[in-house]
Amino acid sequence: MSTESQRTQPRSIGSLPEGEAARENVSERQRRGKVWEGILLASTIFGIIILLMLAYNIVDDAFGGIGVQYTVEEEELTDGRPLEELSQAELIAILETNLRSRVLKNLERERPLAERSREELIDIINEEIIKPEVVAVYSLTEFLFNRPAIEAELRESHPRAEIQFKSWLSWDFIVKPMSSDPVEAGIRTAILGSLFLLVLTMLISFPLGVGAAIYLEEYKNDKPFDERSPVGRWMNNALQRTSGLIETNIYNLSGVPSIIYGILGLAIFVRSMQQITSGAVFGYADPTTANGRTILSAALTMSLLVLPVVIISSQEAIRAVPSSLRQASFGLGATKWQTVWKIVLPHAMPGILTGTILAISRAIGETAPLIVIGASTFIVTDPSGLFSKFTVLPLQIYNWTSRPQPEFRAIAAAAIIVLLILLLSLNATAILLRNYLRSKRVST
Amino acid sequence: MADQAQAKAEQRAALAVTVPQTIDLRKRPRIGESIIQTVLIVCGFVSIFTTVAIVYVLFQESLAFFADPAVTLVQFFTGTVWQPPINEFGVLPLVNATLVISLIAMLVAVPLGLGMAIYLSEYASERTRGILKPVIELLAGIPTVVYGFFALTFVTPILRGIFGDVVSIYNMLSAGLVVGVLITPIIATLSEDALSAVPNSLRQASFGLGATKWETAIKVVVPAALSGILAGCIVAMSRAVGETMVVALAAGAKPNLTWNPFESAETMTGYIARISGGDPSYGSMDYKSIFAVGLLLFFITLALNIASRRIVRRFREVYD
Repeated sequence: MSTESQRTQPRSIGSLPEGEAARENVSERQRRGKVWEGILLASTIFGIIILLMLAYNIVDDAFGGIGVQYTVEEEELTDGRPLEELSQAELIAILETNLRSRVLKNLERERPLAERSREELIDIINEEIIKPEVVAVYSLTEFLFNRPAIEAELRESHPRAEIQFKSWLSWDFIVKPMSSDPVEAGIRTAILGSLFLLVLTMLISFPLGVGAAIYLEEYKNDKPFDERSPVGRWMNNALQRTSGLIETNIYNLSGVPSIIYGILGLAIFVRSMQQITSGAVFGYADPTTANGRTILSAALTMSLLVLPVVIISSQEAIRAVPSSLRQASFGLGATKWQTVWKIVLPHAMPGILTGTILAISRAIGETAPLIVIGASTFIVTDPSGLFSKFTVLPLQIYNWTSRPQPEFRAIAAAAIIVLLILLLSLNATAILLRNYLRSKRVST
Repeated sequence: MADQAQAKAEQRAALAVTVPQTIDLRKRPRIGESIIQTVLIVCGFVSIFTTVAIVYVLFQESLAFFADPAVTLVQFFTGTVWQPPINEFGVLPLVNATLVISLIAMLVAVPLGLGMAIYLSEYASERTRGILKPVIELLAGIPTVVYGFFALTFVTPILRGIFGDVVSIYNMLSAGLVVGVLITPIIATLSEDALSAVPNSLRQASFGLGATKWETAIKVVVPAALSGILAGCIVAMSRAVGETMVVALAAGAKPNLTWNPFESAETMTGYIARISGGDPSYGSMDYKSIFAVGLLLFFITLALNIASRRIVRRFREVYD
């Protein structure tokens, strides 16, 4: 404080820099301003750089090279002719000479080889005799720019292996079920689980959140009880206080870490309400899911997690409806609920929907609460109903990332791309929906 | 005559019926409306139920945890070893790791987020804002598990490249840096809101006195918006404390009381995620310890949230 006054005092009595000194002072200060502007701009651009690094990191891992080693080379089997050109008899001959008799017998028992189509025989040859095996995984940068080095390295460790390009993100990856072999693994169960969870969460949290928002915005100042009796006054007072409490509470809830919601879900939905969430009450007794760790428990937990955000964004949308509309509706003799249902809600709907979808899309990326309530990380069956076991995309990503093998890291990156596309399309849906609803209102 | 008199009397009687002495202007009670209102109140109560349930559940299981003869409150808060299998329940290593990671995160996020906010609100043109705002929103919208992947597979190798093998594969520095990136958008958006709310007249007055743009921003606008900025930083801090996925993936799974950011250490959230992911049986010490750690975490974040609200209320400069 004292240095401040010392610095400013001489100036106030008229010793401001003049002439050359003033010009220098101004240009010096402006120069300093420019430098700082550069620093500020740099910090903003740093955000873009991080996004780019993130994208590079994911793409680099999701695509790249693999070193494939065959137990037997195709050329050795067929004397240099490609498998596709061989006749059925030749294919059978290859199988008969190369497979052990026990394996052959098993195949014959399933269906005689002579009855099988050529494609089927080629598949069997690929699987049983040639047996491609991934022995090394390289990132995209290594594959593109460091080819000689990795080729030399591979030749040393696996002399017969060769390098191929591999896109870990493929249609097969999306539609195949889970597998413990990273090359075979797919994410269909996880995608379906995520979508199932999304829809359920929306069905639970949307009505609850919008209902609470309507109450807080439209009914908060109502006095439903008789003001003339002391009991009625007391009741009205209590109601008003609770409304205030609800608002503070919602704010505080929105700051609670998501993992705490997971603990809540574990204790209440998974454990205490096990009979309900496992479906035992409704006669749905599947011993593998009877522990309450079902998609229903997850949806309930997620609903509580997103509820504060849904309420807050719905409140904002409702608040934005001009009160003249309400007054006009009351003036025509409409009741409060008629006004809310027919006037306020349709006007606020675009905003409510956008806010809700954005809030719920956050739940799609949440992992921590699901880990805590104990969602399965390895299941091969698709979710079939409210009481089935499930897994979701972020959980798979977490599970795969935490493994040391590079193959798992590659499929984690591929799953991340799918998750991000899912999120982006959800957000795009929210925006399109809002625009559509707005244009519809204007035209009518 | 008699007929007329009778008719008049009848008329009067009819009037007496249709025009009552007092008119009841009170709202007619409507059962449908009351039911709807009750339903709406119940919706509002779900949030209160959630809070009560969180507190109840955390306290109930924590009480069971502290009722166990193997653990005492004093040991819990002062013990320096967290090894539930050998009955060592000192929570300090977990709290310490959480603290170190949050501090690193704040060191990254406060300058970065503030820089973004000041640039966007004071310098950027409408067009630049149109480009930069979505970038911040994108950063905020990326799921935390993706940041965890980024920390483990991108940031850690870079750190190991720079500092060598003193950096372990799982380390607090990498987790802290990435958590910092994760909370930067929070600081940036909340601070930008606060800066934009400062009335333009203050800027004009400062320019009128000959201040440069930078001097105006840093000596007039930022102090005027300080309460909002501070509140934003505290909210971000609470988010960093509660962040789970990045630390679970990148910071390691070994409770470790150290200030060295190159070492691996488990945080409170990381511990909860690891133990509950391992499917502990109900009633076991592991299971109960999740709730005790969760209760502590809940109180820390709640205190931070309340503090941020207080700061906004108490120190807000009101301009008209």
